[in-house]
Amino acid sequence: MADRSPRAASVTATALAGLGLLLALLALGFAMPGWLLLLSTMAISHGVVSLGIVLLMRSGVVSFGQGMVFAAGGYAAALAANHLGISDALVLILGGGLASALLAAPFAPLLARYRGIFFAMLTLALSMVLYGILVKSAALGGSDGFNVGRPTIFGAEIAAENANFTLYALAVVIVGVLATLSRIYGDSVRGLVSMAIRENELRVEYLGASVTSAIAVNFVFAAFLGGVGGALTLLALGHIDPAFSYWTASGEFVFVAILAGHHSMLAVFVASFAVEVVRSFSNLYFPNTWQLAMGVFLLVVIRFLPRGLGSLWTDRRTRAGARA
Amino acid sequence: MTAAQQSGGTPIAATPGTGSGAFEPGTGTPIMLSARGLKKSFGAVVAADAVDIEVPVGQRVSLIGSNGAGKTTFVNMVTGYLKPDAGSIALDGRQIDGLGPRRIARLGVARSFQIPQLALEMSALDNMLVAAACNDGELSFWRPARSPARRERAMALLERFQLAEHAQRRAAELPGGVRKLLDIAMALTGQPKLLLLDEPTSGVSVDEKFPMMDTIVAALASENVTVLFVEHDMEIVTRYADRVIAFYSGRVIADDPPQAVLEDAQVRRYVTGSLRPPGGAAC
Repeated sequence: MADRSPRAASVTATALAGLGLLLALLALGFAMPGWLLLLSTMAISHGVVSLGIVLLMRSGVVSFGQGMVFAAGGYAAALAANHLGISDALVLILGGGLASALLAAPFAPLLARYRGIFFAMLTLALSMVLYGILVKSAALGGSDGFNVGRPTIFGAEIAAENANFTLYALAVVIVGVLATLSRIYGDSVRGLVSMAIRENELRVEYLGASVTSAIAVNFVFAAFLGGVGGALTLLALGHIDPAFSYWTASGEFVFVAILAGHHSMLAVFVASFAVEVVRSFSNLYFPNTWQLAMGVFLLVVIRFLPRGLGSLWTDRRTRAGARA
Repeated sequence: MTAAQQSGGTPIAATPGTGSGAFEPGTGTPIMLSARGLKKSFGAVVAADAVDIEVPVGQRVSLIGSNGAGKTTFVNMVTGYLKPDAGSIALDGRQIDGLGPRRIARLGVARSFQIPQLALEMSALDNMLVAAACNDGELSFWRPARSPARRERAMALLERFQLAEHAQRRAAELPGGVRKLLDIAMALTGQPKLLLLDEPTSGVSVDEKFPMMDTIVAALASENVTVLFVEHDMEIVTRYADRVIAFYSGRVIADDPPQAVLEDAQVRRYVTGSLRPPGGAAC
């Protein structure tokens, strides 16, 4: 009982810090130029896909095929907008997440039986199968993909001059809520058991918990986040094509997850933003060798922060906790 | 929910000396574990050959035998890691042979390991909380794993094992003996009916082994748990076991109180002595 109040104080402090960050990001949006708003929206929507990979990493597996759920969420939202006449951004985004979760669910029990490179390669194979289908499907626009119109928010039209900020604000709020839920999940009973699976799955199984079921659930949750990211990206770009499911897209999500490490949710978005900035500027100033710059950037981070960007503040917090 | 409160497995018929409602002849103590006619082979190697064992509730039983005698095979069959080729195993009257480790764990069988199986990057307290979470049955998506009530329970168990001072240390930083105790403490979080300890003092120094066993026995005293422990150290066996079962070549060659077993001619020859026939090892 003695530690109830420090714990409650810690939760309150985290919640207030999260709310403060959310409001600060929204306020910052008013001061941002259009290009930075778009770049930030892309960073947030890609970051939420990498957040799914981080959740999987916490249970000891890495998906190299999140492009599949990213594309599935984007295509589901795009088809709902163009063929079902749904224009509400919130419905399209959550629908995209749900569609990806539904697509991933049948594969989850199978994939959860594999570990390491086998899990990674199977997820990559699935994403490339979807890529192949999308490229060959004339009804889905083939290799060119197709466009979608500007969405509405709760029935209200979005003016062209406000579009970048509105989508940015929507991304901040939705992803803020999802990151909070992910944090709650990470601190939950299931989240802690997932962490233990990464460390010693034999022991977890002998303690009576199902390792495969825990990994399967994490895979479906990661798929939901991937689908939300895909739908957000679709709305920001107004266009979708099969490249969403290509292996390079999946690789970028893994890149961000490794850069962030698996100890902090916030680090995922910091890493995603850093990658978008490095990519944009390297693409601008040395367009033919920007991948080289990205590679060097990752090597530097791995060399000096092997536990990811998140370790910059989580390690300090852990040390402070140990001292206390 | 504790393991003892959970149900599962197939009830078997009550017969004298085994299963549901069975009691130990003479004392009337209920039978917790009943193994009948267990057989297990790995190719030509016979690791269990018609093993019959009954363990009454609350008894502390030591399994002894040379390497390859079949002790670990027996433990692995009871915990579901191995499926017997023939025979049956019942826990508190419910047939458990053929069930997986997870299902058996939920029925109330817990084990510790010769090499402690811990989440090394987590703190000792978090290891205990993981064990408590696994024993909950349902893995909640939102209930906090480190709630004050859970922490309190975990700390109470750590204190019983004299591990409270190590609660915040990473398991990887703990000395070998402390890891052993933590491994056993984790196994106890679900209040199991049957606890299997695989060589609890192996790798522990001579000076530490008795204090460590004293700690374990004291921690178990308040639990109504039946204990089977695999052990090679005959001093430990003599001092801490109520009963000793000696294995040789997949068979039970003696099953009596410690002194009687250690004076048994076959045990002296094949387990504690030096005269062994060639090619007798198994498992």
